[in-house]
Amino acid sequence: MNAFSLAIKNLIRKPGRTAALTLLTAFLALSVFGGSLVVSSLQRGLHSLESRLGADIIVLPASAQSKVSFEKLLLQGTTGAFYMDASALDAVREVEGVEIAAPQTFLASLKADCCAVKVQVIGMDQETDFVVQPWIAQSYSRSLGDMDVAVGCKVEADVGETLRIYDENCHVVARLAPTGTGLDTAVYCNMDTMNHLLAAAEQKGVSHKITSDSEETISAVYVKVKDGYDIDQVNSKLNGHVRKATAVRTRSMLTQVSDSLAGVSRTVSLLIAAVWVLALIILLIAFAMMAAERRREFAVLRLVGTSRRGLCRLVLTESALCSLAGGLIGIGAAAAVVFPFTTLIETQLGLPYLTPDARTMLLLGALALGVTVLVGALASAWAALRLSRTDPGATLREGA
Amino acid sequence: MSLLELKNVSKIYGELKALDNVSIHVDQGEWVAIMGPSGSGKSTMMNIIGCMDKPSLGEVLLDGVDISKESSKHLTDIRRDKIGLIFQQFHMVNYLTAVENVMVSQYYHSMPDEEEALEALGRVGLRERARHLPSQLSGGEQQRVCVARALINHPELILADEPTGNLDEANENIVLDLFAQLHKEGTTLIVVTHDPEVAEAAQRTIVLEHGRVAREIINENFGK
Ligand SMILES: Nc1ncnc2c1ncn2[C@@H]1O[C@H](COP(=O)(O)OP(=O)(O)O)[C@@H](O)[C@H]1O
Ligand SMILES: [Mg+2]
Repeated sequence: MNAFSLAIKNLIRKPGRTAALTLLTAFLALSVFGGSLVVSSLQRGLHSLESRLGADIIVLPASAQSKVSFEKLLLQGTTGAFYMDASALDAVREVEGVEIAAPQTFLASLKADCCAVKVQVIGMDQETDFVVQPWIAQSYSRSLGDMDVAVGCKVEADVGETLRIYDENCHVVARLAPTGTGLDTAVYCNMDTMNHLLAAAEQKGVSHKITSDSEETISAVYVKVKDGYDIDQVNSKLNGHVRKATAVRTRSMLTQVSDSLAGVSRTVSLLIAAVWVLALIILLIAFAMMAAERRREFAVLRLVGTSRRGLCRLVLTESALCSLAGGLIGIGAAAAVVFPFTTLIETQLGLPYLTPDARTMLLLGALALGVTVLVGALASAWAALRLSRTDPGATLREGA
Repeated sequence: MSLLELKNVSKIYGELKALDNVSIHVDQGEWVAIMGPSGSGKSTMMNIIGCMDKPSLGEVLLDGVDISKESSKHLTDIRRDKIGLIFQQFHMVNYLTAVENVMVSQYYHSMPDEEEALEALGRVGLRERARHLPSQLSGGEQQRVCVARALINHPELILADEPTGNLDEANENIVLDLFAQLHKEGTTLIVVTHDPEVAEAAQRTIVLEHGRVAREIINENFGK
């Protein structure tokens, strides 16, 4: 017989009260764990999108238009065409800290007779590309040949079909895995194909030349920064060194995505906060009711020599046991709700969504459990304090 | 030797003097009854002696220590170490069995010892009901458990506030017999009662009226 076994006996022999407290704390744990699971899945989705973009820095033509156009291309799937001189690529490579610089050239097809669909065509340099090819490799094991194209999952063309762009026939050899971004509406080819298409477009009067005598043009350079170099520093060096170009950190391009992510996070946080406040209030009421109900019991315990601290310890032990059990149940329930409905949540939110790994989930679970026990302890501490302050003599005198 | 001494003790509730300049003393090993009409201050006095309440004025010496000046934490210790309490109502912890109720008192005093707790229940004739919850015991039986709990830690002083007030004759006799035994063992007993028969079992009766000691009666027939 000690404070712990006393607590256990009370919990077991008052099953109704114990069940109610456990259920309440389970609800709290469910909301905390479920909510944080959704938020962290969204965060991981954003990170996966970042890695789909792959580069640390993207160098674009200096015009104000090009960055906006690129972001829209990325997020809304609109077409964009902006160019800079190919010499920019060499300038990028000269900057210290640049590990890989991979050029891409963009071409927008037309909604006209010459083109089957209006799409963004993206040509990449197969020698240096580290962004598109790993993605293509997920669905196509060879590299793109001349006049071969890989299409995003939202482009209406199947493997084996021919896609007409500026009256040139391109062979669809692969369909790419979905990313949930504007990249899903683009068509990808190698640089030779792109040059061929650029020439064809030129003939149709769609010019990509910056000046009449410029030979080669590119639209973007994807930069990977060497390990040990600060990305921001390399970024500003690039801005200083490469003329007529702007270097932008990839992360800052994802502001729209991270903004809506922040919106969802805020909503979820608010929801969790509301559940918290509600649970705290209900717990406070529950413990206050319990305190009233147990005044006599506590007076008796005081009279047989229990100190005030002993009573507080008893109440805290009881609530800790309840909220621990409730916390575990709630976390289990949250897992049972969130995991089977991952796809539904994903489509409902319209944001990249990736469930975190086991370690993170364990951490989230532990966090939710800690929070639940803490709230339980807080609510009961108040009741315990009140209980321990009551005068045992008076309580027993009035109670018949 | 005097175990307990009240010197000019008053307890004042606003206008009302529940105790009005009361002075009494109780010797070690003595068995004293307290009588008096309802509202005369009997319970108020017991609560003060039992370290549950403090007097407004005066001194209360228990074993030479003035408990009217002690901190409430220290009072808990004194109560736990020296005093066994019995009330008219049967105050058991309702989710603990009879033997557990006795052991709680042991736990906060020293060490729980189930065998000793069962023996104490044996003294009140409830050894075979040890595993029952309060809801499974009659009122008289619950009161006997409380008596067992009060004596488990061998207190110097047992304070009983109308212990037989809610008991039938049979249970009353069991409790009185036990008091007699405790008295023989040297325990000091102070028993508040309305029942002249219960008072007659004691060595001395103090009568309170309007918060004052009206008279004291020595029981010439004690032990006969
Ligand atoms: N906490 C209190 N507040 C105000 N008056 C009290 C309080 N406790 C007792 N009294 C009053 O003190 C007087 C003595 O009460 P009490 O000692 O319980 O009497 P008894 O036990 O002799 O019947 C009564 O008039 C009672 O109403
Ligand atoms: Mg009374």
